[in-house]
Amino acid sequence: MDIFVTVNGRPRDASGIAAHTTALDWLRSIGLTGAKEGCAEGECGACAVLVATPADADGTQWTAVNACLTPAAALDGQEVVTAEGLGTPERMHPVQSALAEAGGSQCGYCTPGFACSMAAEFYRARGGADATGATSSAGPAASGQSADDGFDLHALSGNLCRCTGYRPIRDAALGIEATPGADDPLAERRTRPAPAARATRLAGEGGRFVRPESLDEALALLHVEPEAVAIAGCTDWGVEANLRGRRAPLTVAIERLDELRTFEEDDAGIDLGAALTLTEVEHRLAGRVPLLSALFPQFASPLIRNRATLGGNLGTASPIGDAPPALLALEARLVLASPDGEREVDLADYFTGYRETVRRPGELIRTVRIPRPTAGLTAFHKVAKRRYDDISSVAVAFAIDLDEERGTVASARIGLGGVAATPIRARATEAALVGREWTADAVREAASVLGEEGTPMSDHRASAEYRSAMLAQSLLQLHRRTAREGVPA
Amino acid sequence: MSELSDRPDGAVAGRPIAHESARLHATGTAVYTDDLTATRRDVLTAWPVTSAHAHARVRLDVAPALEVPGVVHVLTADDVTGVNDGGAKGDEPLFPDEAQYHGHALAWVLGETAEAARLGAAAVAVDAEELPSIVTVEEAIAAGSFQGIAPTVRRGDAASALASAPHVFEGVSVVGGQEHFYLETHASFAHVDSEGQVFVESSTQHPSETQEIVAHVLGVPNHRVTVQSLRLGGGFGGKEMQPHGLAAVAALGAVRTGRPVRLRLTRAQDMTMTGKRHPFHATWRAGFADDGRILALEATLTSNGGWSLDLSDPVLGRALCHVDNGYWIPDIEVHGRIARTNVTSQTAFRGFGGPQGMFVIEDILGRVAPRLGIDPAVLRERNLYRPGQTTPYGMEVRHAERLGAAWSQVLEESGFARRRDEIAAANAADPDVKRGLAITPVKFGISFTFTAYNQAGALVHVYRDGSVLVNHGGTELGQGLHTKMLQVAATALGVPLAQVRLAPTRTDKVPNTSATAASSGADLNGAAVKDACDQIISRLRPVAANVLGVDEADVRFEDGRVHGGDPAVSVLFGELAATAYAERVQLFAAGYYRTEGLGWDPATMTGTPFKYFACGVAASEVEVDGFTGATRLRRVDIVHDVGDSLSPLIDLGQVEGGFMQGVGWLTLEELRWDETDGPGRGRLLTPSASTYKLPSFSELPDELNVRFLERAHEDGAIYGSKAVGEPPLMLAFSVREAIREAVAAFGPPGHSVELAAPSTPEAVFWAIEAAREASRSASTDAERSTDAERVAVDAGATDAASLAAHSGRVSAER
Repeated sequence: MDIFVTVNGRPRDASGIAAHTTALDWLRSIGLTGAKEGCAEGECGACAVLVATPADADGTQWTAVNACLTPAAALDGQEVVTAEGLGTPERMHPVQSALAEAGGSQCGYCTPGFACSMAAEFYRARGGADATGATSSAGPAASGQSADDGFDLHALSGNLCRCTGYRPIRDAALGIEATPGADDPLAERRTRPAPAARATRLAGEGGRFVRPESLDEALALLHVEPEAVAIAGCTDWGVEANLRGRRAPLTVAIERLDELRTFEEDDAGIDLGAALTLTEVEHRLAGRVPLLSALFPQFASPLIRNRATLGGNLGTASPIGDAPPALLALEARLVLASPDGEREVDLADYFTGYRETVRRPGELIRTVRIPRPTAGLTAFHKVAKRRYDDISSVAVAFAIDLDEERGTVASARIGLGGVAATPIRARATEAALVGREWTADAVREAASVLGEEGTPMSDHRASAEYRSAMLAQSLLQLHRRTAREGVPA
Repeated sequence: MSELSDRPDGAVAGRPIAHESARLHATGTAVYTDDLTATRRDVLTAWPVTSAHAHARVRLDVAPALEVPGVVHVLTADDVTGVNDGGAKGDEPLFPDEAQYHGHALAWVLGETAEAARLGAAAVAVDAEELPSIVTVEEAIAAGSFQGIAPTVRRGDAASALASAPHVFEGVSVVGGQEHFYLETHASFAHVDSEGQVFVESSTQHPSETQEIVAHVLGVPNHRVTVQSLRLGGGFGGKEMQPHGLAAVAALGAVRTGRPVRLRLTRAQDMTMTGKRHPFHATWRAGFADDGRILALEATLTSNGGWSLDLSDPVLGRALCHVDNGYWIPDIEVHGRIARTNVTSQTAFRGFGGPQGMFVIEDILGRVAPRLGIDPAVLRERNLYRPGQTTPYGMEVRHAERLGAAWSQVLEESGFARRRDEIAAANAADPDVKRGLAITPVKFGISFTFTAYNQAGALVHVYRDGSVLVNHGGTELGQGLHTKMLQVAATALGVPLAQVRLAPTRTDKVPNTSATAASSGADLNGAAVKDACDQIISRLRPVAANVLGVDEADVRFEDGRVHGGDPAVSVLFGELAATAYAERVQLFAAGYYRTEGLGWDPATMTGTPFKYFACGVAASEVEVDGFTGATRLRRVDIVHDVGDSLSPLIDLGQVEGGFMQGVGWLTLEELRWDETDGPGRGRLLTPSASTYKLPSFSELPDELNVRFLERAHEDGAIYGSKAVGEPPLMLAFSVREAIREAVAAFGPPGHSVELAAPSTPEAVFWAIEAAREASRSASTDAERSTDAERVAVDAGATDAASLAAHSGRVSAER
């Protein structure tokens, strides 16, 4: 079956690729070598390209993604723009001329990726209800930034530069005054719907790649071939394939299935489709779940969040995934789907061992259900070597209700990551808090209990002692915050 | 003012212009070595078979690999037609029968695709007989495992001076290595052309040495091999020596199969296989006067050189020559040695041992200042070199007053004293978050200590239309060397920048070149380019005098026109070139330059190894989170000496980028090897971007002010400029010292902070805990000695009383 991808406005034949061929390798093989491989695991952004994705009101937005983690076959029927497509040396895109003139490139190897991340933000920040009628999708309000049209530097936090030290790149980004011109084809493209997902059947060297048309078809495929790998954003499996050479006989792409992209909300709770990207979830929630608002900016980078899904983060069941601690504290429940029907499990009962869960072979996470009301006092503490875009040494999520009359803790739910073979609830600490006064002394006692939770290990990220210390410190820090800022109502 | 440093009015040199490839970078059209292979269908890909042991005797059975579809050949020692060695020292077998480290390439599989080559490599059967291994410096010291030179820098009588010094401290300082993490991993692409020339595209900083090693592996003369370096996606020293063997593998594969061969390391391979900045271990004793003047220093520096010598000798030499940093140390004796261990062979990295040497003295000053009861900023300033003083190796510190001038300027422009007060008030008010502000100097010697490298060549063509083509021996790694060379040529010929084109660096244009390293690229190649241009001008001058009817001495070459004093009467440079051609005047020239005035005796470690010193001063303010140990860089003020800048936008980029790379080395980037006796012993545990964190946007200071030192003309260097590549990296010591001061604010007054390097959040957290513990013990029992670890910075027995008189706290700290 033929596979076509529109690249820089031109349909390109991708037939002949393998199921594991990355978008990066394929783009380079057709001569578009602007995108570079810097790490092959979505950490450096040198491979960033723009993909046309659905936006509100049947519009399109330009979303920056890591081409090294995106299977080429997943782009069948889609539209991609690379640095070469943004502009040419003679006629540069505004973000490109900003970078070039500000001294934003030295060796230049990371620069095309920066240009793509900057362009995505350029079209978002400059994309409000302007003359083109397009609306911006990845709304800034959710991550707590002002909703003006300023350039959000966090858009670049998934791109690494080893030469410049970032100052000129920052100044280039903040100095862009241009708005998309009337003849800007990428701005114009936003006014029309994004390309629909196309059912894809690829039988290439070393394995098949299938994008099913429905959830039922996906479940049936996975039922028949339990060794198949279901991928959504492919930000985890892509690393396995690139760095460890893992290959699947059958790869099933599920991230565009409507059944997995629902968003429903009522007084009882919020149902998040498991295949919504984290960026989409952040946008849709628009700050209504403060704990998740605190989580998202600390979850990897925008380039990852633009592809990664909650379903994927729970599906891989990594003990250091950042979403599980937050979702545990929110007492989230999962709807699991299989050909036999659906069942609902408490997330606290979901993890059974290191990267093991109650999810059966062939079963998919359909929905993540967050019950309401959510707690009044929430926080997400991620401890890592680097402030942005690092993997947690320890992650702690708090959801606490205080009885303001009595000054005591009415309820406490604490999710932990990085301290055991699975994400866990800090049950002993919760018990030590509930009913006690929210005072420095009581909290200090509970913090020492928290410091004993889990069974942290020593590795290249942190020592076991530090991890334990960070658990205790996180509660002390939360209390100090409430002492300083008051308790949120 | 020398002719070389004399800059004409209106020079193109000195203008702030963007990188010559900036437009290509931004639009993804700048081509790097591996980009050349992307659309070539006949290319074979090379993939390594690597050792899974730190040290083992190995035998390979390659037959299974040949069964893998798409595998064309497996390169082994049997294929080598010349010398089976990929290094310059003869200690790096290209196809070894003894694996010397975990990840050591043992053979290379050539496949039709990367996938085929990868699967082929996995199919090669490796029979390994494990041998005892040494991984850490400490293990090497215990086992007496050393390699290379063991030099000593000595002046005066340090032992006597220490014996009589009022205050003596001793300690151990350890600093980690650093992965280059150039965004472009190592890449080579080789083919044999119709004339039998082996043409190798390589991401190398040292094309001539790559050429030599390819030739000796193939067993052919150098003239059979041409190496081209298009542009590098970063080098930082990591592509000075390390590309050679990889280029030789590609070339060998191309010769053996008759097909082009591509070799590009994945990030994991690059980090696992190639050398890094040397970790250093130092023991020291330092003596001080009551007023804080350094009286004497004794130290022994041990670097972890890894499995082969590579550049460990000169890196160690430079470390020893920079232990003084910017400070006068009258009596000094510093020994150096290189541990031989079973890890990657450590190599050049921006600063080349200088940072590790300076680390020792900055760590000492930061640790002892509280014990002396002297503000660290005052302690450092009091010890800065003054004019007339010489380095421990006997070289005059010329322009020493510039160090003091930069220091004063930073103090003033950063509002240092005022902010110190603000920080003290803020720290007193906030038990959880503390700030620190520190100022440190940099004095860095410019020139290769290997004197022969201080030469360069260039080839400049003027065509009949007046357009100019420049070749030179330096490579473009992003540092803007080509931009500067364009500016030099345009200035020397008096033509607009657009009239000059720079061609990729290749060994058949300019031979016998030096590595683009030691910050020397612009100094050496700029002088060579100018020499070639000057030769051409000197031949054009009589032609112009004749055409214009003026005296030769009055002929001016300016902005693409040639005139005789009256700009209204002039000819275009291109017209003059056409006339000169018609008159049979040679319009091209080979330029050459060698640095004069150097004299270095490596046996005694004395003399004048450097042409001059580059200096700079930085003041950094950090905020430290007492809950996690995380640090945030709030503000940095830098005054740096670039001479009369050749290209201010480029130099600014070097200062900022170098500084941030230093911040990464000292605060974030952590290489960890498996030091256990388990099956993974010797394995790099941080071989990826997800496990080895380099600075991202989050490390950028909230405010970063960089100024160039004024009145900094460097006589005897190209257009009065100075080298700028490496020195700014060491401005980052200000950040580490600021962290130390912030941590100290968690402790009692006079608390001396020991800080691991890199000062990761965890390291900082434990230092905070130690400071808090010191506060607790100081308040509960000031007399009792509690903490055995405190002894690492240690008052000598003879000066306990005087130290106690200064700080009143010696008993709590012993």
